[in-house]
Amino acid sequence: MSLLEERLNRGGPVSPHLQVYNMFALTSFLSILHRIFGAALFVGTLLFVYWIASAAAGPQAYDSAMGFLGSWFGYLLIFGWSFALFYHMCNGVRHMLWDTGRLLELKEIYQSGYIMVACALSLTVIAWVIGLSV
Amino acid sequence: MAKMQSSLRSAIALGSAKEGVHHWWLERISAIALIPLTLWFVVGLIGVVGADYATFAAWLAKPWNAGLMICFIAAAFLHGKMGMEVIIEDYVEPRSVQMAVKVFVNLMAFALGTISVVSVLIVAVRG
Repeated sequence: MSLLEERLNRGGPVSPHLQVYNMFALTSFLSILHRIFGAALFVGTLLFVYWIASAAAGPQAYDSAMGFLGSWFGYLLIFGWSFALFYHMCNGVRHMLWDTGRLLELKEIYQSGYIMVACALSLTVIAWVIGLSV
Repeated sequence: MAKMQSSLRSAIALGSAKEGVHHWWLERISAIALIPLTLWFVVGLIGVVGADYATFAAWLAKPWNAGLMICFIAAAFLHGKMGMEVIIEDYVEPRSVQMAVKVFVNLMAFALGTISVVSVLIVAVRG
């Protein structure tokens, strides 16, 4: 093997993940949730592309796509994606507040964490209540 | 200005030679843009969610809706692909596999983003 191949395939240290995450500490739990939801949102854009591309394909394709998205499974996917979206957005704001140096005391981290989850849940519920009623 | 950094560190030969700060800034700028864009997106979608194609197309054909939708798509895919990159960097080894996965994610983000933008334009122009 060449030196380059050796280097590329050496397999260096990786970040530990599940083995170090304390799921019973709100700090690490909310943190890894932010990452998981972020990744889920990225994968979920496939749903969005499916929908918008079907619209471009024409009324029949759009109706067909809306048929799937309106099914129980479609609703489930969209509901999950919407909660991930609101969670990631609210926690993103919390992250950016940390970037300014605010809310870094442990007590503040816990308090803002609870508030953030409450906001994310509320936004999800409000969006769906309104969305399902119109 | 574009890099959101001064050139001081280059001038006095200190600091990292890499791109981390630029990445950090782009992540935040796209995040800030995504807050109003996401709220607009959710509100807009709720308005058209039960409607037929004609109603939806008429909504998207409004220039501010089409324009904001494109902004949302661009910001979301930029922010999302950068987020995926750091996840990949953290967990994927060896380096060759890491690079391959990163390239794949970037290509997907670019392709899906382009398809989305083109779709918006088709609906907006065609009506």
